[in-house]
Amino acid sequence: MELNSKTPTGPIETRWERHRFSLKLVNPANKRKHTIIVVGSGLAGGSASATLAELGYNIKCFCFQDSPRRAHSIAAQGGINAAKNYHNDGDSVYRLFYDTVKGGDFRSRESNVYRLAQISVNIIDQCVAQGVPFAREYSGYLDNRSFGGAQVSRTFYARGQTGQQLLLGAYQALERQVGAGRVQMFPRTEMLDLIVIDGRARGIVTRNLITGKIESHFADAVVLGTGGYGNVYYLSTNAKGSNATAIWRAHKRGAFFANPCFTQIHPTCIPVSGDYQSKLTLMSESLRNDGRVWVPVKKGDHRPPNAIPENERDYYLERRYPSFGNLVPRDVASRNAKAVCDEGHGVGETSLAVYLDFRDAIARLGTHVIRERYGNLFDMYERITGENPYQVPMRIYPAIHYTMGGLWVDYNLMSTIPGLYVIGEANFSDHGANRLGASALMQGLADGYFVLPNTINDYLASHRFEAVDAGHPAAQQAEAQVRALTQRFLETKGTRSVDSFHRELGKLMWDYCGMSRTAEGLKYALSKIPELRDQFWREVRVLGGGEELNQSLEKAGRVADFFELAELMCIDALHRNESCGGHFREEYQTEDGEAARNDDEYSYVAAWQFCGPGISPTLHKEPLTFEYVHPTQRSYK
Amino acid sequence: MRLILHIWRQRNVHEKGRMVRYEVPDVNPDMSFLEMLDVLNEQLIAKGEMPVAFDHDCREGICGMCGFMINGVAHGPLRGTTVCQLHMRHFHDGQELYLEPWRARAFPLVRDLVVNRSAFDRLIAAGGFISASTGSAPDGNAILVPKENADRAMDAAACIGCGACVAMCPNASASLFLGAKISHLGLLPQGQPERGDRVIAMVAQARQEMFGSCTSIGECEAVCPKEIKLEVIARMNRDFIAAAWQGRGAAAEDQISAPEEPLAGNRAIETRSAG
Repeated sequence: MELNSKTPTGPIETRWERHRFSLKLVNPANKRKHTIIVVGSGLAGGSASATLAELGYNIKCFCFQDSPRRAHSIAAQGGINAAKNYHNDGDSVYRLFYDTVKGGDFRSRESNVYRLAQISVNIIDQCVAQGVPFAREYSGYLDNRSFGGAQVSRTFYARGQTGQQLLLGAYQALERQVGAGRVQMFPRTEMLDLIVIDGRARGIVTRNLITGKIESHFADAVVLGTGGYGNVYYLSTNAKGSNATAIWRAHKRGAFFANPCFTQIHPTCIPVSGDYQSKLTLMSESLRNDGRVWVPVKKGDHRPPNAIPENERDYYLERRYPSFGNLVPRDVASRNAKAVCDEGHGVGETSLAVYLDFRDAIARLGTHVIRERYGNLFDMYERITGENPYQVPMRIYPAIHYTMGGLWVDYNLMSTIPGLYVIGEANFSDHGANRLGASALMQGLADGYFVLPNTINDYLASHRFEAVDAGHPAAQQAEAQVRALTQRFLETKGTRSVDSFHRELGKLMWDYCGMSRTAEGLKYALSKIPELRDQFWREVRVLGGGEELNQSLEKAGRVADFFELAELMCIDALHRNESCGGHFREEYQTEDGEAARNDDEYSYVAAWQFCGPGISPTLHKEPLTFEYVHPTQRSYK
Repeated sequence: MRLILHIWRQRNVHEKGRMVRYEVPDVNPDMSFLEMLDVLNEQLIAKGEMPVAFDHDCREGICGMCGFMINGVAHGPLRGTTVCQLHMRHFHDGQELYLEPWRARAFPLVRDLVVNRSAFDRLIAAGGFISASTGSAPDGNAILVPKENADRAMDAAACIGCGACVAMCPNASASLFLGAKISHLGLLPQGQPERGDRVIAMVAQARQEMFGSCTSIGECEAVCPKEIKLEVIARMNRDFIAAAWQGRGAAAEDQISAPEEPLAGNRAIETRSAG
């Protein structure tokens, strides 16, 4: 199968505009005759549901949480980028485009990224109009800060709760449509399969998490905005419920999975404290604007940090990257933290942490300014660790945070299954091999507010939709499959909990498919995963029944999918014989220890096709061409 | 350290519930409260007993999914902290803790410590928004917002919708939640056109959901994990009176003329104590 990205050609500045004009529209009176299913209610799913409903479509929106306001977008702290150039500091749409392509280590589509940069400015306008309380200057104008690897101030923020405020904006817009009767909301309902009829996505099979009822829902198109798959590692900054089940089961129905090995490690998280650890908490990397990262020069130096004199501290990011210093991109900051810890300079009880020190910033700006900027983050740090970061430096360590890979989509955000759209983190589209800080919120909202509502019309206007119902063989087959899976979990009656398997899988993935990877390690992981998976199916213990709230049962389904996805991630990581962005293969590095890309052989999107259980997936390549930003070795020195 | 837990176990809303005693040995002070429950659940699963159901998701104190009563206090003893961010170093060896779900008629029980808070979504759907359809917005800097207003709007907007305010209120009133949203939007210039209609519609919906009335007790402020101030309720009341006098909608008349009913929240507690 040939992958057709439907990317427009010609001058990049007008590609989106010309493409939009070429798309068919749906007559306003006909919109109400179409139903669209949206799975997920985060920034992407929530904004898409609200906007499509405003246009007049009937929306059925699903989320596994008890309310659409809880989606994990809510936890994003730092901010959202937009090329407003309000600070007259040289920013532009082109510069945001350039930074994003370069930051993604030349593994994203230029057309998509340019569109994202263009739309960024509309997002801010939209959110302000909704009442998002962005930070302001005393004059009343919007405030900005520079953030994670950017040399301009283009990041808009609402204290350390930007994700929360943007999500509440989308959620309120969504609830407005619920009140107007145009969105039907299904909370505590999980999608467990995709219904494909005559080659087109026509519905989903869901389980009501309270009653256990399994049923089918039908529509003319299905949109997945179900987030990333970072929880494959068990410990990540994702919410506990974040899972890959919707995208994975769609993958098994024919949607290609692109670049699964592109995962992002966030450099500033609170380190692991014990084996009971259930998740990792991120400290916004905006902290790196004012905090300085260091480790003791002497290996194994366990003096308290404030007792270590200035000349015995190694500010290793400032030393190695004089022009970007503490603001190098996430992958670079993360790998450097791991490197200094591996060399024996790590701090804290586990020696798997580095210091993030605000002493100098507090001396320069005063405690009140630091409190104003990061107060809630400092409070959170103190709550978790019991240490006061105004007095002692924070201890931080990298953790899995975001997944750039996801279901393959074309320029219209449609997957390889006609009628199945994928938006936000769930798709692979805009970040290449590494996402820049404050760009996830931008992409989620760009997809949901502005891209999808423009592109989905074309599909709806171009097809006829015969009525389908639960009696259709495809729906019956999908429902039966879901029921059988539920039954299998309940009847296995093994000895080990779901979490114990998830933990073990996560450890394996972190060790061999995490921050740095080797062919040998990946091969080892590929031999262990099936072993562990077989054990899971033999020995998992899920108590209780299927027709009640059963949290172990929910987790069992998600972990079963993580097992399969983990294998695909390792296959992808092993096949990509280069380092790029978040994918760092130890065999492929420059003399300075930076990622060494191989543009001649790997300048493509790796889209994997599911070929059946136990059969190797098939690789399809979408070549990437760079007409505007020419691939160079990234340098932040 | 070792803890003794008494946890409310109830299979579903129809069956009778009861407190069940559990012992958790080897609690590490660096664990979060929910991690301690994870450890308990692993023990229960090993013994073949159904694990305790509790809501949680982000475990960073921002999604608002978690929450239950610890010794009668919503989210437990630490101020300004959700239960997922509460760490065991705040408890001592041998301590006995009683864990119960949120209690309010508007939040029906689902299982064990899990309740249904969809009533909050319906309050927002009634008017907790600014009607700004996608695409219609002017430039973000076209309308200036004084910094102080933006900051105060942000203070109110920090609400995570966890429901602790309702659970702690003797009247099971949702006034802190309502006031937070009404203040957030009412402090911004973009929120002005719908300000009157918003407050009338949201308050009417709250009555329909059987949340109780506010009698300014202040338990809500004391347990709010985001430390939302009682001031937001005063703002709501002021907006409500102003809107009612301006004769905003039929709902206003209904609100003004309706005779005072017994507090819905009190009824809720009576009903629940039977189960």
